[in-house]
Amino acid sequence: MQTIESKAETRTNAPSTFEIVTRKDFSDVTYLLEVRHPLMAKAAKPGQFVIVMLNEHGERIPLTIADFDRVKGTITLVIQAVGKTTKEMQLACQVGTRLYGMVGPMGIPSPISHAKKVVCVGGGLGVAPVFPQARAFKDAGAYVIGVVGFRNKDLVFWDDKFRACCDEFIICTDDGSTGIKGLVTEGIKQAIAKHSDIDEVVAIGPPIMMKGCAETTRPHNIKTMVSLNPLMVDGTGMCGGCRVKIGGQVKFACVDGPDFDGHKVDFDDLMTRLRRFTEQEKMALDRWLETCRMMNLPASSPASPVEPKPKGPRKAANSPARKS
Amino acid sequence: MAKKKTIRTIPQERTPMPEQDAQRRAHNFEEVACGYPIEAALNEAERCLLCPDEPCIAGCPVNIDIPGFIQKITEKNLRGAYDIITATNLLPAICGRVCPQENQCEGVCTVGDTLEPVAIGRLERFIGDAAIAEGWVNIPYIEPSGFKIGIVGSGPAGMACAADMAKAGCDVTVFEAFHQAGGVLKYGIPDFRLPNEVIDAEIANLMKLGVKFECNTLVGRLFTIEQMLDELSFQAVFVGTGAGYPSMLGVAGDSLNGVLSANELLTRCNLMRAKEFPDYDTPLPPAKRVAVVGAGNTAMDAMRVSLRLGAEKVYCIYRRSRTECPARAEEVHHAEDEGVEFHWHTNPVGNLDDGKGNVRGMRCIRMELGEPDDSGRRRPVPVPGSEFDFECDLVVYAIGTNANPIMGQTSSLKLNKWGYIETGENLATSVAGVFAGGDIVTGAATVIEAMGAGRKAAASMKAYLGIRATSVADLVGAASTGKLFGIDVKERNFARIRAA
Ligand SMILES: Cc1cc2nc3c(=O)[nH]c(=O)nc-3n(C[C@H](O)[C@H](O)[C@H](O)COP(=O)(O)OP(=O)(O)OC[C@H]3O[C@@H](n4cnc5c(N)ncnc54)[C@H](O)[C@@H]3O)c2cc1C
Ligand SMILES: Cc1cc2nc3c(=O)[nH]c(=O)nc-3n(C[C@H](O)[C@H](O)[C@H](O)COP(=O)(O)OP(=O)(O)OC[C@H]3O[C@@H](n4cnc5c(N)ncnc54)[C@H](O)[C@@H]3O)c2cc1C
Ligand code: SF4
Ligand code: FES
Repeated sequence: MQTIESKAETRTNAPSTFEIVTRKDFSDVTYLLEVRHPLMAKAAKPGQFVIVMLNEHGERIPLTIADFDRVKGTITLVIQAVGKTTKEMQLACQVGTRLYGMVGPMGIPSPISHAKKVVCVGGGLGVAPVFPQARAFKDAGAYVIGVVGFRNKDLVFWDDKFRACCDEFIICTDDGSTGIKGLVTEGIKQAIAKHSDIDEVVAIGPPIMMKGCAETTRPHNIKTMVSLNPLMVDGTGMCGGCRVKIGGQVKFACVDGPDFDGHKVDFDDLMTRLRRFTEQEKMALDRWLETCRMMNLPASSPASPVEPKPKGPRKAANSPARKS
Repeated sequence: MAKKKTIRTIPQERTPMPEQDAQRRAHNFEEVACGYPIEAALNEAERCLLCPDEPCIAGCPVNIDIPGFIQKITEKNLRGAYDIITATNLLPAICGRVCPQENQCEGVCTVGDTLEPVAIGRLERFIGDAAIAEGWVNIPYIEPSGFKIGIVGSGPAGMACAADMAKAGCDVTVFEAFHQAGGVLKYGIPDFRLPNEVIDAEIANLMKLGVKFECNTLVGRLFTIEQMLDELSFQAVFVGTGAGYPSMLGVAGDSLNGVLSANELLTRCNLMRAKEFPDYDTPLPPAKRVAVVGAGNTAMDAMRVSLRLGAEKVYCIYRRSRTECPARAEEVHHAEDEGVEFHWHTNPVGNLDDGKGNVRGMRCIRMELGEPDDSGRRRPVPVPGSEFDFECDLVVYAIGTNANPIMGQTSSLKLNKWGYIETGENLATSVAGVFAGGDIVTGAATVIEAMGAGRKAAASMKAYLGIRATSVADLVGAASTGKLFGIDVKERNFARIRAA
């Protein structure tokens, strides 16, 4: 695992230039970026997200704030390279480079209730966004049971960090290579079997996993909050692209959410709507991979800090920031 | 001055504006109306009678001295005309293009009683474009007043307020959530109606006045209005965050893929440049047959954008008749010429599913005017049994917007029952030092009304801060009009003129 830090000083209140100060690679598809933005680090609360633009031609993509450091003035994003933008970021976002834009914190912060006993569930990449909530519940004095799930042992990340804010910690893997064998729903079932007094479950991960969690808790009538991730454009409630169905009502996830009552969410609708642009997404990715191949860029071997060529596959807007 | 003009002596025909051919323009994003060349402008200016009672000035929401600037054009003094317009309207190149002049100044023009009214909007645009081409900008002598002003939202309301406060010597910062400034002008109104260069030129002028723009800043969430006043030490704040939050129809199949709001379509296309996909990363659903519900300006823009994106058929679905259609007459004409099919008295009943979650068509019903209701208005009612289906692969809702909830969620500003910000006559909100105007106060309106509100709020802000003097440029032409920015002379707080 590679960690690189830049030591540029923090200037509170100055407009952010969205400089990347740390990068870690958890696997060949998952990476962490720590971005300097002192004002946002001050404002961020668990459950909120940002919208990032890599460069002038880029798409605006929503990413959950996985951590924030008010002292250092940074916020942390954990990203899975699934398509054109996230793969391009994986290549271009090195320590010292800048994002073209980052706006937030967006969305209504997760309500950290007075629950005495909560289960915080993270599925795969969802471990990162659920972490600030687990920590907030812990700080509020709750008994926190962490349940995290990964496909296999090699994909596990932040287990130490997560464990540190939990009273109990259950790790699940699809193949049983570490922890219990099975999905996170198995972990939830175990927790429910052991504790009859769970007040709340918070689950973040792929829609199918959140749906599973909501179904697991429904018979027990345990309040279950999920964080929805529909496609977004502006993130300010202006376009309605992020609309989701909650208990038969239309809500805009970016301003009315992103957290909703999992027992009321129409997950099938969400999953269908996530497929809106499948064809175009594939086309953009193929085209980009082809350009990378022609330019001999390592489109998917990010673990070593590649020095991006000055002219990337696309006019890179990320000029290196000063390095001290 | 030459001998007095009469309705008989002036050029009888309204000077036509060169336009791109309808067949060609329906497939490109270049501007449709090409603007007057100088000869055309001079000819049109001759049609103004310089009426002593100046009905057009009263018809203009910001009371531009219309005969005054038109006379300057006849004298070939374009800079003089620019100075007169910018005394009240900061954005002539924008307003000349998008204002609904037929309901405002041109609607009451004396010439219009007998002939076609003077083309005031076209002349205004001519002057605005000349200013951009020549790089004119009225930068008055500004004495720093030491006040720090924060503006939330960079649409026309925010821009107008920013300009006035900068001219009053304040240190002005505009905060914008998007990565580019301009509000609806940038993300909503398409290039072929209002090119981005025009907006950027007007924004550059504001920057020359010393206004700072901070994009990527979501006020309310990054910091609150209350924090702006204390921690960030702004003495006054203007909120011009626009309407946003598009309405969905609430019929079956609203959430099918291929059903989207006009705001989403236009934002993807204009701001995110999806029309240049895949050179730009943001996609748009490809569509051969597009149904647009609604018939306002937003609907017209959505239809004309769809044509340009390659749609073969574009239908306009509207439950009332053409006469009630809220879009500007010119826009309906343009859309019609470009090949949009209008279906008046038609209302959607539902969107049809292809079985895979995509829209494959729409079911509509015919409407007729019912009995007059309590208000005396005849509402459209469905004709029983008149449902019919048609095929389409994209459905665009342009049926209006609701109030954006972010300000209400994050501040103690008092809202009205619809969620818009409540203000007094002087546009002050329930929080001292915070003013609001534009669509977030009135609901969706027009560019010029938003601008007028921004200026009115600036006047109130100056009164609130006790700023007395203002620069000369603000007062050019003011003497000739009884009202300035809709404010009576006696209410004006700039009592004294300070000369540079
Ligand atoms: C509120 C919110 C928070 C999010 N937080 C994170 C985060 O912390 N880390 C992270 O890696 N991703 C997060 N996402 C998802 C992220 O925005 C998408 O993965 C990203 O937009 C994909 O862009 P792309 O161009 O790389 O891939 P695309 O080419 O756009 O898509 C590739 C594949 O990813 C899927 N996909 C696209 N958008 C989303 C989405 N919004 N959610 C789920 N799958 C999607 C597509 O269906 C497609 O199969 C979040 C989304 C939302 C709405
Ligand atoms: C498609 C379309 C076509 C139109 N055509 C015409 C026309 O031809 N003629 C006409 O006169 N009018 C037209 N209008 C209406 C006109 O554009 C609006 O009435 C006008 O722009 C309103 O101005 P505003 O300044 O109040 O808000 P907006 O222009 O909406 O600007 C508000 C800005 O504030 C930003 N913002 C919102 N919330 C926050 C926040 N919390 N923090 C920071 N920034 C924030 C938004 O991103 C936006 O940029 C049209 C509208 C649309 C949508
Ligand atoms: S009403 Fe018409 S003719 Fe009279 S001054 Fe105004 S523009 Fe000129
Ligand atoms: S992303 Fe546009 S309304 Fe939510």
